[in-house]
Amino acid sequence: MMFAYVAIGGGVGALARFLVSEVGNPKGSLPYGTWLANILGSLLLGGLVVLRTKHVLPESIWQLAGVGFCGAFTTFSTFGKETITLLQTNQFKEAIIYIASSLFLSISLVWMTFVLFM
Amino acid sequence: MSVYLAIFIGGALGASGRFMISIWIEEASVFPYETLLVNLIGCFLLTYLSTHPTFMKGIPSSIKIGITTGIIGAFTTFSTFSTETVQLWMDTSQTLAILYVVSSLAGGLVLSWLGFFTANNWKGHAK
Repeated sequence: MMFAYVAIGGGVGALARFLVSEVGNPKGSLPYGTWLANILGSLLLGGLVVLRTKHVLPESIWQLAGVGFCGAFTTFSTFGKETITLLQTNQFKEAIIYIASSLFLSISLVWMTFVLFM
Repeated sequence: MSVYLAIFIGGALGASGRFMISIWIEEASVFPYETLLVNLIGCFLLTYLSTHPTFMKGIPSSIKIGITTGIIGAFTTFSTFSTETVQLWMDTSQTLAILYVVSSLAGGLVLSWLGFFTANNWKGHAK
């Protein structure tokens, strides 16, 4: 059953990321859709990790929402590709801002979630 | 095929593949090699497949998006990367946490670039 939970969560997560990036990734500027998906997905996964650590989250929900949905809603490969595209079009400042804000916001939101609730 | 269905199926396959690799590598170390591995593989494959001039020629665009946005997008993950970074920092070692961020970021960007480069320049493709 584990794989069914991960697969369904993964399918829904990928679809949600596609819809968010359809709206938020206009050509020629920062890819806000992927940016937002990565930050929101990190925050949600941080919350799920807290619940799982406290043993209040059923393993099936962890596989569906954590491994499946959050894992697939967020993406590292598109983040890498978009950064390379920014660099190739000489948008160096945008590339640095994209990397730094993705890392800083996602990591600090997860850190705050852990500090507040763990 | 509807593009939504293609992305759903692709996402299901990509997430399952990531899960399989994490089960396979799990418990081997405190360092999250499994996430690093899927992210690096995915970075190379995405730029290679999506910028190669002929590799996916003739494939319907919904299937292409199912492969790139669906399978590869869901195979790699940013949320696991950020939560593992904070867990390493708080529970194990701040040095390992920094090493994890640096290796994911540097490795991911180099492989994204390499995927693009090999897809477009390998056989003297002028682009």
